[in-house]
Amino acid sequence: MLGNNGKIDGFSGINPIESKEELIKIYPAKVARKRAKHITVYDREEGDPPEIEANVRTVPGIITQRGCSYAGCKGVVLGPTRDIVNITHGPIGCGFYSWLTRRNQTRPPSDESENFITYAFSTDMQEKEIIFGGEKKLKQAIQEAYDIFHPKAISIFATCPVGLIGDDIHAVAREMKEKLGINVFAFSCEGYKGVSQSAGHHIANNQLFKHVIGLKNEKNDAKYKINLLGEYNIGGDAFEIERVLEKCGIELVATFSGNSTYEGFANSHVADLNTVMCHRSINYVAEMMEKKYGIPWTKVNFIGAESSAKSLRKIAAYFDNAELKAKVEKVIEEEMKEVEKVRAEVKAKCEGKTAMLFVGGSRAHHYQDLFTEIGMTTVAAGYEFGHRDDYEGRRVLPTIKVDADSRNIEELEVSADEKLYSPRKTEAEIEKMKSKGIDFKEYEGLMSDMAKNSLVIDDISHYETEKLLEIYKPDIFCAGIKEKYAIQKMGIPCKQLHSYDYGGPYAGFKGAINFYKDIDQMVNTKIWKEIKAPWETEPQLSARYGSE
Amino acid sequence: MEKKTFVSTRNACKLCAPFGSTLVFKGIEGALPFIHGSQGCATYIRRYMISHFREPVDIASSSLGESATIFGGRKNLSAGLKNVMKQYNPKMIGIATNCLSETIGENIEQYIKEFQSNDKAYSKIPLVGVSAPSYKGTHQTGFHEAVRSVVKTLVKRKGERKKLLSILPGFVSCEDLRHLKEILEDFGLDYTLLPDYSETLDGVFWNEYRKIPEGGTPIRRIKEMGMSKAVIELGKSLLKSESAGSWLSKEFDIPYYNLPLPIGIQESDRFFKTLEKVKGFPMPEKYKKERGRLLDAYIDGHKYLFGKKAVIYGDEDFVASMASFVSEIGVIPVLCASGEDRLKETLKTLIDPKIMDQIEVLPSSDFMEIAEKAEVLKPDVFIGSSKGYFMARKMKVPLMRAGFPIHDRMGGQRMLHLGYKGTQMLFDRLVNIFIEVKQETSPVGYSYI
Ligand code: SF4
Ligand code: SF4
Repeated sequence: MLGNNGKIDGFSGINPIESKEELIKIYPAKVARKRAKHITVYDREEGDPPEIEANVRTVPGIITQRGCSYAGCKGVVLGPTRDIVNITHGPIGCGFYSWLTRRNQTRPPSDESENFITYAFSTDMQEKEIIFGGEKKLKQAIQEAYDIFHPKAISIFATCPVGLIGDDIHAVAREMKEKLGINVFAFSCEGYKGVSQSAGHHIANNQLFKHVIGLKNEKNDAKYKINLLGEYNIGGDAFEIERVLEKCGIELVATFSGNSTYEGFANSHVADLNTVMCHRSINYVAEMMEKKYGIPWTKVNFIGAESSAKSLRKIAAYFDNAELKAKVEKVIEEEMKEVEKVRAEVKAKCEGKTAMLFVGGSRAHHYQDLFTEIGMTTVAAGYEFGHRDDYEGRRVLPTIKVDADSRNIEELEVSADEKLYSPRKTEAEIEKMKSKGIDFKEYEGLMSDMAKNSLVIDDISHYETEKLLEIYKPDIFCAGIKEKYAIQKMGIPCKQLHSYDYGGPYAGFKGAINFYKDIDQMVNTKIWKEIKAPWETEPQLSARYGSE
Repeated sequence: MEKKTFVSTRNACKLCAPFGSTLVFKGIEGALPFIHGSQGCATYIRRYMISHFREPVDIASSSLGESATIFGGRKNLSAGLKNVMKQYNPKMIGIATNCLSETIGENIEQYIKEFQSNDKAYSKIPLVGVSAPSYKGTHQTGFHEAVRSVVKTLVKRKGERKKLLSILPGFVSCEDLRHLKEILEDFGLDYTLLPDYSETLDGVFWNEYRKIPEGGTPIRRIKEMGMSKAVIELGKSLLKSESAGSWLSKEFDIPYYNLPLPIGIQESDRFFKTLEKVKGFPMPEKYKKERGRLLDAYIDGHKYLFGKKAVIYGDEDFVASMASFVSEIGVIPVLCASGEDRLKETLKTLIDPKIMDQIEVLPSSDFMEIAEKAEVLKPDVFIGSSKGYFMARKMKVPLMRAGFPIHDRMGGQRMLHLGYKGTQMLFDRLVNIFIEVKQETSPVGYSYI
């Protein structure tokens, strides 16, 4: 293991319990009590991670990083697919704001190939539709989208008013599907459902499973076939992962959903293993595919060079083929040469520095590996929309209480498909693999990897972010664009992990190199120190000479 | 108006109402914007604003969930307001509704009244509510509605007439706001500019974090607006009955000037003339020189511009003034388009009928429609926000970025459009675009053109 896990440099003087108090003391008593449950200090020596409150509604008036279920459904899960026309059913704002907002890249095979990512269709509801219903307009919009593009599939996303005025978007979808002879399906992802984007992920998973996965049945003769779930091709990550897998001779049937296509989804059930990157947003599909088609799933992580190597080895071990294993080792060896060279240079300059990560539902975990590789310690981290299992591990699943906000999100009843179910491994084989350390249906959660006494904060508020920065003054803070400029106003560099600040890729081996270099540049750059005017730094200069 | 052949909006040329409203609240000193509704919109809007301004933007929300759609959001609103007050200690909270709260029929004015009378401890902080359903109008509607609500809520006293000038600039850039202030100061005018987000959304580096950034129109000054000796409101797209300026004028019997955005010589002249009238003496030498230089540049640059065709898109008032400016310099605004629906009427208020005849006007349009028309009209340049990049790229026609949003370049908030000086900058950029095209497409690499 790299880095200095266990020993925490750089913030030894700060008592995490006191910092927790500091973060919440301004709140009214009731709110403080609530927020206290979302903040834990993990003392590794005390066994399992402590319970953290997560996936509950944000207190009104607390400025959150979270978005809505529409954002999770349309923006995150379906957004990166290039050949489905997405129509937002609602007033103009939601569709406009989710128009090519993430830097989801895609690579159509040719200039003429379908790519609708740059389009934002909306029914642009007006008062008339709010009063009299918007189904008619929705039908027309679907027809128009069809007339312009003749796509294979059209999907419809509901925004807040839709559920309230009682539009039956699923009936509209069925009718238009019949009429146009293409696949049309809808998502009831109204923003008020659930407590964050996470509800939208679940809704997206359900509908993809119901309406797309398994529709096609094209034979695929490749020897080692996998799907990659929960990878959204931010900054071209998917391209790098695709490159590495191809080099190893592993066939990627479908990615959900970076650089993906409708056909890929439809045929994804022919894969022999589902590998899961972002557990939060896509574990439902993995679970359901296992039940229906008999495809096991395992957690992987292609963020971090070591983690990528580990993930590749896991895939090779699953297929249990000597040739594949040798190939994977060779690729790792080749790729690691350059990685190690850059890492050594960067590590020398970054060792001992501290990072904080507050983002998403898996990124705040995955990126810790990259920081560890260059000797930096993550002193505080948390998710925007994670659940308890994403923090504490899936072993807590049976004990999670489902509250009113999540109860209304449909849980699909799934059973084995009469024709297509075929268990890829026997139970005995699975058990044997488990005994060799290959885990299935398992995710350890973020806390398992964090340093002793680090702070874990769920759904951190804007206010808490500011306080945290004040107390810890980390060398870098990872978040999204909403936080970026506030953090930088305090002189601390902020790396965006939703868009990579238009850098990247950061996945795989080449991505790790990019990340090391970018982080080096950010934490060691002079700008952050020279921001102070000369008359402000001078007195401090002399003080520093004295103490150093 | 021609009947549209489509009903959906494909790549919209407008944003939603709460965006405009929260932007106005960002321009009031110590104010915190708050969206009463589902939290997703607050997040989207924050993110969108930040992508242009590159500054921290805090917008709170009452985080309405599924149960609120049944029982209403009263409780969430009052809890939310209290929490915001504790954390941020704001001097004012501006509350915009959104599609969700409007669809379930929340009455924001009523809720505010109840909140303030229920708990005296919380009644000291002024609350301004604005109804901002996006299924009516655009971000511009939300913007102007919010200005009107601020004025109607805060301007109370009618006192002795002061020398004060009230100026309502509409949605312009931070640099535009700074330039307006510079002009007013040079005129020696005592003024209230509402809103003024020039500092809050384009601030200096901070040595110490501030929960609410410095700057913004002081609330005290807003309260005095009823004692103004004149009100200037920019933007001809405003229906008189719905604007803050016309309300002030009617309510307090104040002379009212509704002017287009001062872009181009004609409209800048009109603006400066109005200031001369209000102040009672001619414009300072500095501006005469700016005007003179601009005129001189017009003459020098004419040969590069004459007969060129431009497509201008964006907010109505921006498009109208831009069209007026480019037609002054011999460029034909062959296509003027907006996601708003009164573009033709707005254009007519400032464009010469002879030029109007040469313009195709597309109100209530989207970028697909604009692109289709542009394909036919074959413009030499696009003028508008980053959102037109896609079509400009496809047609291989240069894009002059102006207006909002600009998030594929730095400095959108520091782009100056207004006055002789702003026009000068636009003019230079526009000429240089054509010179660059000429240079780049020339077989010889001339460095002297
Ligand atoms: S729901 Fe309405 S207010 Fe919210 S983003 Fe959509 S259009 Fe804007
Ligand atoms: S919360 Fe509702 S209205 Fe707001 S962005 Fe999400 S879906 Fe749209």
